[in-house]
Amino acid sequence: MYQLYLVLQARALTSQTAESDAIRFLVGTQSLKFDNQIHIIDFDDENNIISKSVLQHQAGEIWHISASPADKAVLTTCYNKSEAPALSLSQLGASVFPAQVVSSESRVVTCGAVWRMPPEWESGSHESPDDPHNSHNPQNLELLCHLDNSSHGNASCVLWEPMGDGKHVISLADNHALLWDLTESSTQATISSSATLEGKGQLKFTAGKWSPHHNCTQLATANDTAIRGWDLRTMSQIYCIENAHGQLVRDLDFNPNKQYYLASCGDDCKVKFWDVRNINEPVKTLEEHSHWVWSVRFNHSHDQLVLTGSSDSRVILSNMVSISSEPFGHLVDDDDLSDGEDNHQDEKTKEPLQDSIISTYEEHEDSVYAVEWSSADPWLFASLSYDGRLVINRVPRALKYHILL
Amino acid sequence: MTVRSFSCRFARKRRVHGMLKLYYGLNEEGKTVDQAESMDPCDINGPHFDPEVYLNKLRRECSLGELMDQETCMVKQIRSLDSDMQTLVYENYNKFISATDTIRKMKNDFKKMEDEMDCLSTNMASITDFSARISGTLQDQHAQITKLSGVHTLLRKLQFLFELPARLNKCLELQAYAQAVSSHRRARCVLQQYSHMPSFRGIQDDCHAIMDKLAQELRQKFRDGGSSAKDLSECVELLLQLDEPAEELCDKFLSHAQSRLEADLLGLEAETDILEFIDRGCNEFVSSLCLVIASYQELFVNRPQEGELASKNIPQMAIGKLHAFVDALATRYFSLVERRIQEEKSVGDNSLLVRALDRFHRRLQAVAKLLPGSAVPSQGTEIVVRAARERIKQYLAALQSFYLNSLTDVRQALAAPRLATGKDAPASLPELLSTLSASILNQIKSVLASVHLFTAKDITFSNKPYFKGEFCSHGVRESLVVNFIKFVCQSSRQFCESAGDRGGSTPPALLLLLSRLCLDYETSTITYILTLTDEQFLVQHHSPVTAVTALCGEAREAAQKLLNHYVKVQGLIISQMLRKSVETRDWVNTIEPRNVRAVMKRVVEDTTSIDVQVGLLYEEGVRKAHSSDSSKRTFSVYSSSRQQTRYAPSYTPSAPMDTNLLSNIHKLFSERVEIFSPVEFNKVSVLTGIIKISLKTFLECVRLRTFGRYGLQQIQVDCHYLQMYLWRFVSDENLVHFLLDEIVGSTAHRCLDPAPMEQSVIEVICERG
Repeated sequence: MYQLYLVLQARALTSQTAESDAIRFLVGTQSLKFDNQIHIIDFDDENNIISKSVLQHQAGEIWHISASPADKAVLTTCYNKSEAPALSLSQLGASVFPAQVVSSESRVVTCGAVWRMPPEWESGSHESPDDPHNSHNPQNLELLCHLDNSSHGNASCVLWEPMGDGKHVISLADNHALLWDLTESSTQATISSSATLEGKGQLKFTAGKWSPHHNCTQLATANDTAIRGWDLRTMSQIYCIENAHGQLVRDLDFNPNKQYYLASCGDDCKVKFWDVRNINEPVKTLEEHSHWVWSVRFNHSHDQLVLTGSSDSRVILSNMVSISSEPFGHLVDDDDLSDGEDNHQDEKTKEPLQDSIISTYEEHEDSVYAVEWSSADPWLFASLSYDGRLVINRVPRALKYHILL
Repeated sequence: MTVRSFSCRFARKRRVHGMLKLYYGLNEEGKTVDQAESMDPCDINGPHFDPEVYLNKLRRECSLGELMDQETCMVKQIRSLDSDMQTLVYENYNKFISATDTIRKMKNDFKKMEDEMDCLSTNMASITDFSARISGTLQDQHAQITKLSGVHTLLRKLQFLFELPARLNKCLELQAYAQAVSSHRRARCVLQQYSHMPSFRGIQDDCHAIMDKLAQELRQKFRDGGSSAKDLSECVELLLQLDEPAEELCDKFLSHAQSRLEADLLGLEAETDILEFIDRGCNEFVSSLCLVIASYQELFVNRPQEGELASKNIPQMAIGKLHAFVDALATRYFSLVERRIQEEKSVGDNSLLVRALDRFHRRLQAVAKLLPGSAVPSQGTEIVVRAARERIKQYLAALQSFYLNSLTDVRQALAAPRLATGKDAPASLPELLSTLSASILNQIKSVLASVHLFTAKDITFSNKPYFKGEFCSHGVRESLVVNFIKFVCQSSRQFCESAGDRGGSTPPALLLLLSRLCLDYETSTITYILTLTDEQFLVQHHSPVTAVTALCGEAREAAQKLLNHYVKVQGLIISQMLRKSVETRDWVNTIEPRNVRAVMKRVVEDTTSIDVQVGLLYEEGVRKAHSSDSSKRTFSVYSSSRQQTRYAPSYTPSAPMDTNLLSNIHKLFSERVEIFSPVEFNKVSVLTGIIKISLKTFLECVRLRTFGRYGLQQIQVDCHYLQMYLWRFVSDENLVHFLLDEIVGSTAHRCLDPAPMEQSVIEVICERG
């Protein structure tokens, strides 16, 4: 377990999706009083050293962050832009902000934007963890374009096309799902299509996930207690799991290897696994957390490993073998193995594996709002709690070998 | 002189004595040995008496007077002895004389007899002679007579034969079938033997024709069957004698009986009352079946076997047929009975069914006695067993539906007063609980009593092994009682699962009540019910049965789950209020707080009413020690010192690190708060759970919003208000402090212009509210 304090409070965490060599996470801070930052967290696997670089994100506090799958340097954020009389506008950097409606009343608007990290961030503002206050001159992010959705309301998250070329993003704003096309340099974004959730009351998307299956033509969104699936070609709803959770659904994730499998989590303390072809009943339900579950993530390679973070300050790593794409473990090498190894070993590999909780991580002192697997090392994950503590953990070695062998 | 005569007499006497002795063969010596002590010569009666010595002795010893006396005495004795002797001699003399006379007379008689015997032998010789002569003369005539008498009998037989057709006809007319058959039987062999002669053949043909007719008539009679059993048996016997094939007869007899029995069975179908149905079945079908069996056995099985019939082995064939027949009919009867029993669904009065089954079973015993090898009684027992099993199932279903109905009643009772008068509902909770548990217990008892009828002493099947063993242990205890208890627990648990996602379609009060019910079950009721069952049914546990502890564990688990769910539901209701109140407000542009928000008052009100509700069913529970008047004091400490240090530094932009450091240090020393954790079975624990859930929701919601200055102040006021009222409900008031602290702290972080309100102002506002 390796941890790091970010100084500021934070909710947004992502791994740098396009980076496949270095173990790198991006964290967006949340502060109303100070300039917000993007923290680039590097983990040196061999020496077990965490290091951090800081980029300024002066536009506002970051609620959601997402890294481009194609370009390491490109990322999107959803941020709050507050028009508060108490804060001086000069501090926010007026040039970054296009003219917003400034009424007599102060208001808070959530926007989405695409950013580029300055190429020299690595050399420039690199700081060692021993010297956290040495961030006097951090560089700014370069704004590529706004995902301007003032007509559509507050953006709750921005999703990149999985494994795409970094040309398509979806932003969820209030009750709209907007599909954007980016230009080659990502400097301009146009809405190519959109879907709107109609219904009684004030509907609002709380979370969403772009499915990596079906040629990336499906999107899953959550609003209130329902989970909806959308076909992006027609922008129409394809399924709807009403009352998927007893209370709000907080997060979704697609199984990377099984195209119809979806995990969801919510305020009823449960994590549910769905087969979207049969939406009447969840395939499996986990009830291990003692408060709302805010984040659920499948491991990118070994989908039996499921990570959840909750406001009970815990991170739980579960082994959902029975519904994974490898329900019986690796069976292929049985014959090869039996030559060299004794029978005892053989029997061990043949044992049917049980769904189990691998480990509960209790390092956090505050609510954990985000967990993320590293895109470079499938055995490594980070979790972020509200108090700004980032913790990096490894999958237990025994389990790792059990899965690999 | 006297002495001399005396001695001489004495000597004579001794001689006579000796002679008599000699005559009777007594020897002198033996006596002398015996009388060895009387060797004294002075003993006057002894054999060695010496008169001289005696005399000398007397003379020496006695006085004169004495001698005189002695002398007179002696003389008297001598005289009496003399007369005795004389009489003896006379008597014996007469006897001798008569004996001599008799011998002489006998001698004469024998001589006469010898003569007569000689005469007799001569006479006998002459008689023999005569007799021989007579028999010689009569011999011829005797042979003739014998021959004549033989002819006579033959003629009589012939006459019988010639008269036979006529006689048979007459018998036929008079319907004296038995006589006809016996006559025919007598003649049959003869006719058969002499059938080559035309005249006899004619007779035989006639007879055959007549007998055929007779057989025809008999068969007809047999077929009509209207006759009595005796007639029928006679009929069968005659037919058998007429060489009618026994198998065919059996078949006919049985098919005839079958048609009648089937009519009985058809008559059964229309019945309504089970007891009446069984009664009729017993009286009509079973009794006529028994009658048929009896008469059949009389006819075919138990008949004394004679002659040719014996070789055909009729009984075995007949028994086989009978078994098949009885089995077939019984199967139909049983299927009828079983169908009827299955229709018996109402569980009101079990005694009727048990009595019916008893009667049914009892009557089948008659069949068992009549037909020892038959499977019918055991099948009957099986039906009874099945019926009993079915009954247990029905009772279980009845109990379950009763339970669900009572729950519905409770639900209505919980809902109704609330609609009518508003606040009356909680007052009746303990009453509802006690009536519910009492009515369930009563129902169980009455069901046990009903089921107990199956094992009553006077019921014939109660001593069957099934009813002694499996019925009690497996049937009643496991299938009925244990399953019901399990059902109660399970249905209770279902309330948690089905209602859980919907957020409380079950009224929370019902959850609370059920939780208490399950807890009561765990502590006492289950043990009581099972002990009651074991005692009533004398259950001997052959097979492993569910242990009381396992059931209690299940009940406790259900109670725990229900209570947890209750906490969750109630917490959710309050959470929703808080969540809505935070989410729907524009906290940036709110006005300066003048009042505690209404929703907070509502939260406190609801918490109070939950407290009352839980208090009705659960004990108070333990709190962490605190002084009763701590509300103010603790709060002032919390608000003035701790709160200030908590987020005062965060207002100065230079040291953002301190905030986190402080809050983290604070957290290091406070225990981790488990939000949805299992609660204990007491009021304080329940309320603590609910308040924890509510405040944590409040916290998480606050963190998602951005606040203006007055927004923060409003939250401060609200939290102070909650602090004032909520501490009394929880086990550890520090928990409330901690969570409210967190809320205000997080709000300050989320505030664009964090200018907290003066503590005194807050207090004033809260007290005014």
